[in-house]
Amino acid sequence: MNYKFDFVRFRKPFLLASLIIVLIGIGSLFVQGLNLGVDFVSGTRLDFTVKQNVDVEKAKSVLEQNGFKHPNARAAGDQKQVVVFRTDNILDKPKIDKLKGDLSKEFGVNVTVQEQKVDPIIGRELARNAIIGILIACAFIGIYVAFRFEYRFAMATVVTLLYDAFLIITFFSLFQIEVDLFFIAAILTIIGYSMNDTIVVFDRIRENEEKLQPKTWEQLSGMVNLSIQQTLVRSINTVLTVLFGALSLFLLGGEGIRNFSLALVVGLFAGAYSSIFIASQIWVIWKWRSVKAGKDEPKLSPTTE
Amino acid sequence: MKVKKGKVAIFIIIVVAILALAGTTALPVWNKITKGLDLQGGFEVLYEAPKDQKVDRAILLDVANALERRINVLGVSEPEISIEGNNRIRVQLAGVKDPAKARELLGKQAELTFREPTGKTAVIKGADLKPGSAKLSFDEYNKPVVAIEFKDDKKFEEITKKYIGQPLPIYLDEKELSNPVIQTVISGGKATISGQKTPEEAKELASLLNAGALPIKLQEVQSFAVDASLGHQSMRDTLIAGGLSVLMIFIFVIGFYRLPGLVAVTTLIAYTYLNLVIFAFLKVTLTLPGIAAFILGIGMAVDANIIMSERVREELRVGRTLKSALKAGSKRSFLTIFDANFTTILAGAVLFAFGTAGVKGFSVALIVGILCSFVTAVGLSRWLMSLLINSNLVKNPVLFRVKEDEIGEL
Repeated sequence: MNYKFDFVRFRKPFLLASLIIVLIGIGSLFVQGLNLGVDFVSGTRLDFTVKQNVDVEKAKSVLEQNGFKHPNARAAGDQKQVVVFRTDNILDKPKIDKLKGDLSKEFGVNVTVQEQKVDPIIGRELARNAIIGILIACAFIGIYVAFRFEYRFAMATVVTLLYDAFLIITFFSLFQIEVDLFFIAAILTIIGYSMNDTIVVFDRIRENEEKLQPKTWEQLSGMVNLSIQQTLVRSINTVLTVLFGALSLFLLGGEGIRNFSLALVVGLFAGAYSSIFIASQIWVIWKWRSVKAGKDEPKLSPTTE
Repeated sequence: MKVKKGKVAIFIIIVVAILALAGTTALPVWNKITKGLDLQGGFEVLYEAPKDQKVDRAILLDVANALERRINVLGVSEPEISIEGNNRIRVQLAGVKDPAKARELLGKQAELTFREPTGKTAVIKGADLKPGSAKLSFDEYNKPVVAIEFKDDKKFEEITKKYIGQPLPIYLDEKELSNPVIQTVISGGKATISGQKTPEEAKELASLLNAGALPIKLQEVQSFAVDASLGHQSMRDTLIAGGLSVLMIFIFVIGFYRLPGLVAVTTLIAYTYLNLVIFAFLKVTLTLPGIAAFILGIGMAVDANIIMSERVREELRVGRTLKSALKAGSKRSFLTIFDANFTTILAGAVLFAFGTAGVKGFSVALIVGILCSFVTAVGLSRWLMSLLINSNLVKNPVLFRVKEDEIGEL
């Protein structure tokens, strides 16, 4: 790398910015919550595949004729060929067939329908299990990192993982993007990627620490900066390649997987950002405190530098 | 240094073998993989046993078996029936043509009862039928009937004796199928059920009776039907997206890393192929999130290659020779990659333990993907690189995108 950026020097603004994002997230969750998909709210979701650039208003009037006041319907799909209709009622088969028939008549094409019916308890249980799963996964990962590295790395990793998971939730709450079951899978994948990033950076910090034996703040922060710089090309390249995958899934991968890919794209940036600006900074601050307190060997020795 | 032809030959053989194997057999392997209902259309339903009855694992297993026998009636090749929690059963029918019929057939408890004349108390139950004995038959007017046999012919004889001259209505659950009047005492333990309109209907009832009644009542709590054309479209969309992203990754990796990039692309093809083979071999059902996990696995595989290539480049810059740079780079990057992969598998395993249905499928695909990525992007990649470099064929650091003036003194 030809240019040098002092990552550690700007640790406070970056940590502050992260903290502000968390506060915004908490605020958004309190004010507007999450836009929960049919998996979490009792009801029926029907995806009618009609034809390209379907006229939603026309579809809405058909739904209104069938007794749904102000139907919650929107166009979706890459060619706007799908009408997504969500209702809090549980619709039975004859009713769905009637809607399908009426829409087919209205648009003069053979409409196909995909149906989802949900008892919210199932979705809530799944979400609860997923949260338990995330916490347990974090605990395991923390133990593993503490065992392979040391406790400061472990704590910084876990804090970073939780931050990344929360950041995606914030993003989805802020922009009211529908949360479905795959969203949970996306969060867990992001945790995996974020961890991957963090471990790559930490691995380098550990290696350089052994090699350079930093004793002053300048040496310590210089060592962390060096480690981040050494892994930066790799971080950028990896994010780029995975981003190719996530972006093409988002743009071309079809309706069902779109929100999943969006969560991935956001999470990828978050993961790369947090390994540098959160994980490494928490570690360096904590490490320096330990060194100053004299708890940590090598003991602070008078230096001439 | 002399070029070692043997190593070059092994390198070429491996690369050609991978490309040839993947090129010729990938499609048949792909066709062998079971696609989930989100990719080929189908029907999924989650049943719950209401709390007012005794339910334990043994009963749920009985229910699952009875459901499976019923599904065979539908002719779905690979149904997936899984018990979830302590009172739920999830049935996934990929490729089923008529979800409405599937739902009707599955949802019935299908308890056959012969009742005393008022229709209130059952005197003979489905469990009294001889297993597998129900079949389509025709009565004297050539109307379709279902012929059944009882395990205990004495019991049926007693009942016909007791209610002679009176009707003995036959019910399926709460629906009266027919209401024959007993004319004579019937011995021999055989009877017929009339009231079916078509031979198909009678045949279906016979199959349902043979499949056995569900030992408990089930309530449908969640259902999910995917139209076959929508399913195929999802699969096509996702495959196109996947193919495009793989192509972009290939171009990027070769453009940025040159020679190691080329090796990485070979190992990525091996990764994809190996992944498909394992999916087919383990009979993993491939779902939409599964494909997503598969593409993410590619990301991890690329990352492993990138981590190593970056490391090798660093070692080259500090002035090491190609051979020692590769050795040091491989060694130093190994633990990093191992830790990163291991922690992801850890997350995947937790996801598997706590997730349900779709999430479970995702985690299986994720774990398989990471293992494949480790084998190809770490094992195969290193082997190929060391063959190339130790053959003395490759000498120029430019092939690693390291310029002469970047190389310092050791």
